[in-house]
Amino acid sequence: MHDPGWQPRIVAFFCNWCTYTAADLAGVSRLKYAPNVRIIRLMCSGRADPQFILAAFAGGADGVLIGGCHVGDCHYSEGNLKTLRRFQMLKRMLRGLGIDERRFRLEWISAAEGDKVRTVVNEMVEQVRSLGPLGMPSRFREWDAEMARLPAEAKTAGAGAAQEEAEAAHA
Amino acid sequence: MPKPKIAIYWCASCGGCEEAVVDLAEDILGVVEAVDIVFWPVAMDFKKGDIAALPDGALAATLLNGAVRTGEQEEMARLLRRKSRCLVAYGACACSGGIPGLANLFSREQMLRYVYEEAPTMENGEKTRPQVEFRDDGHTLELPEIRHVVRALDQVVEVDYYVPGCPPTPKITKAAVEAILSGNLPPRGSVLAPDFALCAECPRRATKPQDLAFTEFKRPHQTLLDPGRCLLAQGVVCMGPATRAGCEALCPAGNMPCSGCFGPTSRVRDQGAKMLSSLCANIGARDEASINRVLDGIPDPVGTFYRYGLPESLLRRRVDLQGPVGAAAP
Repeated sequence: MHDPGWQPRIVAFFCNWCTYTAADLAGVSRLKYAPNVRIIRLMCSGRADPQFILAAFAGGADGVLIGGCHVGDCHYSEGNLKTLRRFQMLKRMLRGLGIDERRFRLEWISAAEGDKVRTVVNEMVEQVRSLGPLGMPSRFREWDAEMARLPAEAKTAGAGAAQEEAEAAHA
Repeated sequence: MPKPKIAIYWCASCGGCEEAVVDLAEDILGVVEAVDIVFWPVAMDFKKGDIAALPDGALAATLLNGAVRTGEQEEMARLLRRKSRCLVAYGACACSGGIPGLANLFSREQMLRYVYEEAPTMENGEKTRPQVEFRDDGHTLELPEIRHVVRALDQVVEVDYYVPGCPPTPKITKAAVEAILSGNLPPRGSVLAPDFALCAECPRRATKPQDLAFTEFKRPHQTLLDPGRCLLAQGVVCMGPATRAGCEALCPAGNMPCSGCFGPTSRVRDQGAKMLSSLCANIGARDEASINRVLDGIPDPVGTFYRYGLPESLLRRRVDLQGPVGAAAP
């Protein structure tokens, strides 16, 4: 069972022209939504490199949300279409890597839809809460713990002092 | 002056990298002239004890190929690290996990069960499996432990240089050996191959369209490939755009798409994610259903985009596997 104090952590990539503005609108309209989202503003949802999404998961995010303009409304004409295509494949790839695709969501939210930001964020936080923590950093630590179990000789042969000496001798 | 001492060692690998060293052909005579090969299990009869007896840092360089999967490989990697002034990850498996790294899609239990019980060619009624320790008639026999996770060399010990490829070509091998012997090296941690994408040196480059607009993806056996045209333009997944140059486009020259064995360039952290990004952004379809029909042409995205680099990717492994501390099924 996971830590009872755990709260979902969601990284959100919002485009400057629509979804980020909508989040601003939600703010000035005093709409309350769950505080579990860390919003990162990009100029376009199309800037959300799949590496960013994997890095977010690897760095401890329990969910990733991308928000962009509705199809047809992209400030750069087709950036959001590129996002949609990458998103569909990335979902398949995440499934292959054992990450539940409900942890990854793409929504079109226009600058006028402050209320949709609230709905989507709240839904996503509840969804991820029910899935529980992904906890990649602690998984990485668990995976690497098996390397500590080595025969005595190899333990002393670690990349520690002996190697530094060797390098010093070389220099 | 004594000749510099060199070791060549293999971990989880197929032997292709050893072959690549021999592929230096007559140039290998020049190498043998210049160095003293003190350890090369596939070709010479020196033992681990001979290496252990050397003072630390006694080896000028070790070329180590293969991924690290067993306790023995881990131990040898650490021993050779300690004895070598320059440790080179030689070949795709040592650099990024390689083909053996795809075993990170399965748990150790799944793998052992399949290999020792379920494989169609396996007859093993007693379900015998290799044991770390076995006692018989007063004797104790030991085997190295198979780890739960396959690792690239730099996930076990510090690596000084990387020579990529499955296997590295004679040309980059020769250049690497010369650079190491002359000391004319780039900063520590560099990959000893050009730092631009393969497309730049591909003979089909001129035929790569500005806008690819994929309508479908085909696998090489499903189509007759035009030997003169960009493979991406023919709807085949060619990893060239996300793969480091250096092989002089051997596979495209042989009418097969690049499968990515040289790994990414220095600007890319995760080769698979970057290839996915480039490829999928260029799909022509504009709605979800049509996009997904096009994507169905890539039935195994992980195996396609991470063929040689899963252990070194951002997530490293299928995340929900059992072991080493338990975790979820299976």
